[in-house]
Amino acid sequence: MRRTNRKTNDVILQTTVQTVFFIIVIYSVHLFFSGHYTPGGGFIGGLMTSSAIVLLLLAFDVKTAASILPVNYLYVTAFGLLAAIGTGIGSLLYGMPFLKHWHGPVHIPFLGEIELATATLFDFGVYLVVVGVTMTIIQTIGETE
Amino acid sequence: MTEISKFIVGFLVLQGAFLSLAAAIGVLRLPDPYTRNHAASKSATLGVLSLLLGVFLYFWLLKGEINSKIILGIIFVFITSPVAGHLIMRAAYNIGIPLWKHSVQDDLKEKKRKESRE
Repeated sequence: MRRTNRKTNDVILQTTVQTVFFIIVIYSVHLFFSGHYTPGGGFIGGLMTSSAIVLLLLAFDVKTAASILPVNYLYVTAFGLLAAIGTGIGSLLYGMPFLKHWHGPVHIPFLGEIELATATLFDFGVYLVVVGVTMTIIQTIGETE
Repeated sequence: MTEISKFIVGFLVLQGAFLSLAAAIGVLRLPDPYTRNHAASKSATLGVLSLLLGVFLYFWLLKGEINSKIILGIIFVFITSPVAGHLIMRAAYNIGIPLWKHSVQDDLKEKKRKESRE
């Protein structure tokens, strides 16, 4: 084993990742939305999304993956924290204690009555924080030579 | 109907368990990494697929609920498991794991020697 950076043909891996990436992302979104009534939620959904992006990083190199998803993950983390704090602040505006949540049926045009909960917004913040932190760690480790 | 579906579910689950056992025995008994991987990736894939299909049919025919996550798991394992086997064996070949001593043909050897000389 003299050269470790030998160019190999990665067609099988890359084609499989292009197919499997969408399955994992769709399943992570399903896990995120099913967190209220069944096992799932923001944490595990975020971990699965970041595992899909890690799969992209494995099949392609860091630069290609960054050009496919041109996102600064530190901003994703910050936005997730803002979303989580914002749901807490929002209840203060109605004269309720911090992080008081509501849920109830909401009428949405074209979709009808849907049971919505503001805890989903908090969960979305958790989701973004998990994706951002995981991808920041992995990209920082992967880029150091 | 219930008895027939019980029979089919039991057959699928037992078949999956048997194929997983066959994969484990193959990993123990076969001589070199390539043949071991042949046993492990193929037989274990079909074993897991049979088990998942049995579980899906159990919940569908006997409990009356369709769990699409199991179908997604079947598709996912069916796509990814052979690819994992392929990648592991290619890595093993690239770092120079020798073939079994009775194997007669190695078409990749010439190309690999040429590449390592460059």
